[in-house]
This record gives sequence, C-alpha cells and structure tokens, in this order.
Amino acid sequence: MIKVQKSDFDINLEIKKITANNKNIGGVGSFIGIVRDNDEKKLKSMTLEHYPIMTENMLEKINLEAKARWKLIDSIIIHRYGKLYPGDQIVLVATFSQHRKDALEACQFLIDWLKTKAPFWKLESTNNGDNWVKEKISDLAAAKKW
Amino acid sequence: MHIKYFSWVRDQIGVESENITISNEITNVNDLLKHLKNQSENHSKALNDISVIRCAVNMEVVDLEFSINDNDEIALFPPMTGG
Repeated sequence: MIKVQKSDFDINLEIKKITANNKNIGGVGSFIGIVRDNDEKKLKSMTLEHYPIMTENMLEKINLEAKARWKLIDSIIIHRYGKLYPGDQIVLVATFSQHRKDALEACQFLIDWLKTKAPFWKLESTNNGDNWVKEKISDLAAAKKW
Repeated sequence: MHIKYFSWVRDQIGVESENITISNEITNVNDLLKHLKNQSENHSKALNDISVIRCAVNMEVVDLEFSINDNDEIALFPPMTGG
C-alpha cells in the first residue's frame, strides 16, 4: 500500500490493518523516519515538497521491485509532505513476510531506494535561514548496494 | 511543451511551470537545457551546473540524451531527498 499524505500516521494501526487479515504473516520489518534537529542549526521546520503522481508511481515501482526480490506478503509505504517540525514522523516503511529475513531486508531496501529515487525535496528552515537539503553521497551508496 | 520546476530550481527560475514552443533543433533533454538557459538570467543561473539537475520526461527520470517532443511533460529538479 502506497500513501502520500499530509497527515500523520499511526504505525500500530497501519500494521494491525494488515496482520488482522493475514494469519500467515510471521514477521514485520518497519522503519520510521523522523524530522531531526541537526546539532546546532536549530531546525525550526522542514517542508517536504513532492511531484504528485510521479511520487506515487515511483513508490509503486520501488515497492514492486521489493516484492520481486523478496517473499513479501504485503508492504506499506506512507510518506508525508508539507510543513513538519522536529520530532514529527516523515515516512513509514513496513514489510510483512513469513520469515524475518525477507521482511528486514526488504524494509531496508525500500527506505534506501526511496531516499534517492522518490521525487521529494526537503526545505530546512533554521535560525540561520532556509536551505534545501542536498543529496548525500552515503544515501547514494546505500541505494547502490542493492 | 510543458515544463515543471521543483525545489530550488523553481525558486531560482521564479515560476512553478511554463509552456514553451520548441524548434525542430531541440531533440533531446540536453538541447532543451541549452535552450532554457538562454531564456533569462534566472534560467541561466538555475541551470548553470547541469551536474545537479535531474530531468523527468512524462514522470520518468531520464538522462540528457533522452529524446523529447512537444507533447511531453518535462520536469527539472535537483537530486531527490526523500525519506
């Protein structure tokens, strides 16, 4: 399930929606990305912008790739956009499988790929002004290893 | 041709999107970028360093050699930073 939304999400609720109807699920791998205040920059807010429709298409593609590579019973990607504040949840990735290896690896794959392949951009607003977050070499390397 | 801009590319160019008519000489993304650079000082500044510009044609990320035509939706943006 792919959702791109402004509103917050509840991981427990989302997971239960899926596990309630699938009694063959043996494990859930999950990742939540949270708005972080970087050291001394004193982050006031982070605004996430995206490219509607392309975002959903790309997340769907990445999700299909995960399902092709691992034995997944189901998966969730919820990505928020709009103005968020330190401590707010940004993204939820959850993967459901019979065994832990598939769930855990697929979860890491999904978050690694969506960081550099899904059309989102982050504008940080700090006490020193606004700046667009730059692509990180470490994120590119993480995506490439899959 | 409809062109959308995102993130700081949009901020620097000053518009979210624009429609342009392209000549027959523009056949791929690289040609389009060269053409756009000459549109204004803002375009020139925003598109100066092509290494930090990514392009999507009809919502698929493509490289500079990708062929384009008048009916395409083009998007120009910096590297993506999701998650």
